[in-house]
Amino acid sequence: MRAARALLLRELALALRSGGGAGLGLAFFLIVLLIAPLGIGPELGLLSRVAPGLIWIAALLACLLSLDRLFQADLEDGSLDVLALSPLPMEAVVALKALAHWLTTGLPLVVAAPVLALTLALPGPAYLPMVIGLLIGTPALSFIGAVGAALTVGIRRGGLLLSLLVLPLYIPTLIFGAQAAIRAGRGLDPATPLLLTGAITLFTLALAPFAAAAALRINLR
Amino acid sequence: MSLWELANPTLFMRLSGRMLPVLWVLAAATLATGLIWGFFGTPEEARQGASVKILFIHVPAAMMAINIYAMMFVTSLVWLIRRHHVSALAARAAAPVGATMTVLALLTGAFWGQPIWGAPWDWDPRLTSFFILFLFYLGYIALWAAIEDPDKAADLTSVLALVGSVFALLSRYAVNFWNQGLHQDATLSLDSRTNIDNAFWVPLLICIAGYFLLFLALLLVRTRTEIRARRLRALMLSGVH
Repeated sequence: MRAARALLLRELALALRSGGGAGLGLAFFLIVLLIAPLGIGPELGLLSRVAPGLIWIAALLACLLSLDRLFQADLEDGSLDVLALSPLPMEAVVALKALAHWLTTGLPLVVAAPVLALTLALPGPAYLPMVIGLLIGTPALSFIGAVGAALTVGIRRGGLLLSLLVLPLYIPTLIFGAQAAIRAGRGLDPATPLLLTGAITLFTLALAPFAAAAALRINLR
Repeated sequence: MSLWELANPTLFMRLSGRMLPVLWVLAAATLATGLIWGFFGTPEEARQGASVKILFIHVPAAMMAINIYAMMFVTSLVWLIRRHHVSALAARAAAPVGATMTVLALLTGAFWGQPIWGAPWDWDPRLTSFFILFLFYLGYIALWAAIEDPDKAADLTSVLALVGSVFALLSRYAVNFWNQGLHQDATLSLDSRTNIDNAFWVPLLICIAGYFLLFLALLLVRTRTEIRARRLRALMLSGVH
């Protein structure tokens, strides 16, 4: 337990202190949601219809962009070897690192999303389902992303490959998460897509650490 | 003889070398029979006219696209559990064939959809999940290409194939939730209420068998190539010229 706490605090410190780039995901999220209306046009009726999808896609991309450093730096400076020798099982290491990634990347998006949704004229009833959807859906993005990051950790310039591997895996989360906000915006009940979003997240929380840890062990061989 | 003895590359090379000529002849004969029967020996459908005959190319390609991914799942699992190199190489060899089948199904679907639906593409769950399946194939092939060490590449791509299979299935049901479709339901199942007419059914079954034999032949050729490439690499690394 002490080792787990130490690792989580280390990850958070590394992300939050200078050069960690914790705020960059959020900044990217802002930029995508700024340029989308510039590309689509300022018509609020149209923007309010595409807002849930835009917000979710921006969240996907913001999570994705910060993934390639998840294990890369630790592999390069050897800390990953030390972590592999630590009393924590590799699965727990992966889960804690993914959790730290969510706390520094996913959670700020959840907080910023309602404010940005104002600029996109998101329909009123859609706010709460969107925030809940992001809150329970973004952990899946970090955990699925950890699998992709673990698979590509040894590859130089693996960033593009990482997006090719990870984005298809994000599809179920994206569909259910965005549908919750879309349905609520149309006055329908968002409960089913929200429950399914939660199901995907629980599923990935349970299984992704094993896949990612297997990939890391292969890469450390 | 147990199936696992085929994991011996030497034995695999000998057996597959003997099987290949027979397979090629069988595949060509079956495909020719099925396609000629399908194109010229079946009546035109009442509403779709002659365009219904795209069926004989479209349906088997779509079936193979899914089945090849399932095969990659099994061979990846076998590689991870039993460390048989032929198994990992067979998965690698199958992927481009599967990707081609996916594209073929999407393209023939577009040619079919244009006159019948009035549009070559629709965000129908089936079409969308085939698009997604194609991305899974691409990612798998790209990961193989990106890693130099062959055993590490086999391991990592196998993990990806397992994770990918799970998420491909999840996506299949997620897109059902996301949109209703234009595509017809299954009419080849034994348990569905309306099935395809017998006039089309028999040549279609022959076409499916032909595609399967063709895939088997391509798979063996490509796996043999992979084994030879692996041997070449071993020779070069050992310094024998």
